[in-house]
Amino acid sequence: MGADGVDLKKRRTLTLATSAVGIVGAGYVIYPFLAAWAPSEKAKAAGAPVEADISKLEPGQIMSVKWRGKPVWIVYRTERNLKDLPTLDPMLLDPNSDDTGQQPEYCKNPTRSIKPDYLVAVGICTHLGCSPTYRPDIAPADLGPEWKGGFFCPCHGSRFDLAARVFKGVPAPKNLEIPPHQYLSDTTILIGQDGGKA
Amino acid sequence: MSMMQSLVQWIDDRYPMTKVWNEHLAQYYAPKNFNFWYFMGSLAMLVLVNQILTGVWLAMSYKPDADLAFGSVEYIMRDVNWGWLIRYMHSTGASAFFVVIYLHMFRGLMYGSYRKPRELLWIFGVIIYLVMMATAFMGYLLPWGQMSYWGAQVIVNLFSAVPVVGPDLGVWIRGDYVISDATLNRFFALHFLLPFLLAALVFVHIVALHKVGSNNPDGVEIKKGPKGNKWSDKAPADGIPFHPYYSVKDIMGVAGFLFLFAAVIFFAPEMFGFFLEHPNFEPANPLKTPPHIAPVWYFTPFYAILRAVPSVAGSAFPGVVAMFASILILFFLPWLDRSPVKSIRYKGGLYKILLWLFVIDFIVLGYLGTQPTTNLYKLMAQVGTIYYFAFFLLMPIYSKLDKTKPVPERVTE
Repeated sequence: MGADGVDLKKRRTLTLATSAVGIVGAGYVIYPFLAAWAPSEKAKAAGAPVEADISKLEPGQIMSVKWRGKPVWIVYRTERNLKDLPTLDPMLLDPNSDDTGQQPEYCKNPTRSIKPDYLVAVGICTHLGCSPTYRPDIAPADLGPEWKGGFFCPCHGSRFDLAARVFKGVPAPKNLEIPPHQYLSDTTILIGQDGGKA
Repeated sequence: MSMMQSLVQWIDDRYPMTKVWNEHLAQYYAPKNFNFWYFMGSLAMLVLVNQILTGVWLAMSYKPDADLAFGSVEYIMRDVNWGWLIRYMHSTGASAFFVVIYLHMFRGLMYGSYRKPRELLWIFGVIIYLVMMATAFMGYLLPWGQMSYWGAQVIVNLFSAVPVVGPDLGVWIRGDYVISDATLNRFFALHFLLPFLLAALVFVHIVALHKVGSNNPDGVEIKKGPKGNKWSDKAPADGIPFHPYYSVKDIMGVAGFLFLFAAVIFFAPEMFGFFLEHPNFEPANPLKTPPHIAPVWYFTPFYAILRAVPSVAGSAFPGVVAMFASILILFFLPWLDRSPVKSIRYKGGLYKILLWLFVIDFIVLGYLGTQPTTNLYKLMAQVGTIYYFAFFLLMPIYSKLDKTKPVPERVTE
């Protein structure tokens, strides 16, 4: 009891209890505001799989399709490209695709693909999200004599080979992502869904 | 009493109008030796007003929609009456804001305006700078050009580089898996909101300034000096009333500033690609990154620092940390400087050399941030980054070693 008949202990307890309830209430009010920033149902639905028709793709060519707002590349690799891939292994950060987050299980192979001829990869640099440029030319002046074709990121200079594997000593920390995909026919690829093969 | 006097009295009985006027203007005594560098604070306020006014007008014709945004900016430029002028005032104003703020901050560095008792004043200033950067970054997305899109993509991905929570944080900021309509819409809302927060912070900054009083080029505390000037017995002898002396001087600064500002608006609104970057005249294309992307000039020193730091153990996070640290380190400046004097006028040669090297370093980093990376540029950016941090982190040592000159009792003429 305080001097003037005020029970300070009781007052403090009540203040604490009121504050605690108030903070919990504020937390409940804040939650919808924070959650409203997460992708909407519409944005999530836009992640639906897309079909790509590869019948017109010639060896050495690339095409892009949009999946979840991101570019997905399909590259028809040449014989020479496929022969060059293993020779690059010593220069790569993760030549055997040991980072399981970057490709489905069925693409953990030397060409990182279902069919060796076709590379399907998300064309977003694993560094800061630019879209690398397709550079199929062999040993161009700006990329050096070791270059056997691949992808070069203009933003920060990251390099990837034609299996979308990252080179050592560049800013990008990981191989490019291989999206889940499956062949609906010889000329149609479904990107975004692998039919439970994984 | 005249009508006017009785009206003022009527208001003063209900609202402290005369009291506020006197405390902050007519009887606020500022040191009498302000020079050129003291224009920048009032110019920054002028530019903030310009940004809010032109921004609200632009918002009347702009559409924050991924399908319509680029076109609505062209509509403002071609079809809205005087729209081109209002937009160029806004885009040039953004760069002008950073020019005057960088000069304002450099003034603080030169004259030790962050030293005791002005630590909080400085900290509020750094917060204003941070909010300004956030506002400018969000505003740059709105034209929805190629540089808007890919610049935002890179900067938002900086947050994705944070370990563990990063990827979810990136998605949360964008509201989508990539920069999209959702991102554009919310950046527009925030870009509209933040300037009002800035105005509130400027108010707080000025309240702090008027509590401790302005510093001056000599770094002498006029409040500690003798009292009594021709306006008041109690006011500092070296102080003069802000109004009319500095209000009139600032108007002259405004006139000079507007000459340059108008020249850019009318003759070089793109400023050779520095104020409005060339790829931004092409609509955003999520499937194609421009061959070279760089932020607008006022972010490039920090961007150079980001690129200079190599990734460690497969994570770009160290570069991100270095970039944010390069800005946040400013908060600690009041405690890093251990020099017995405030102003550069009485500091020794060592500090003068290091400060000018810092200015050159900042400009070189800014240049490197606009350029594509080559091995030479990367090495230069690394050296520049090391110097940037060394300037601050070694300050407790060199500011003590420096041979200072005696500080006069009173401000000099």
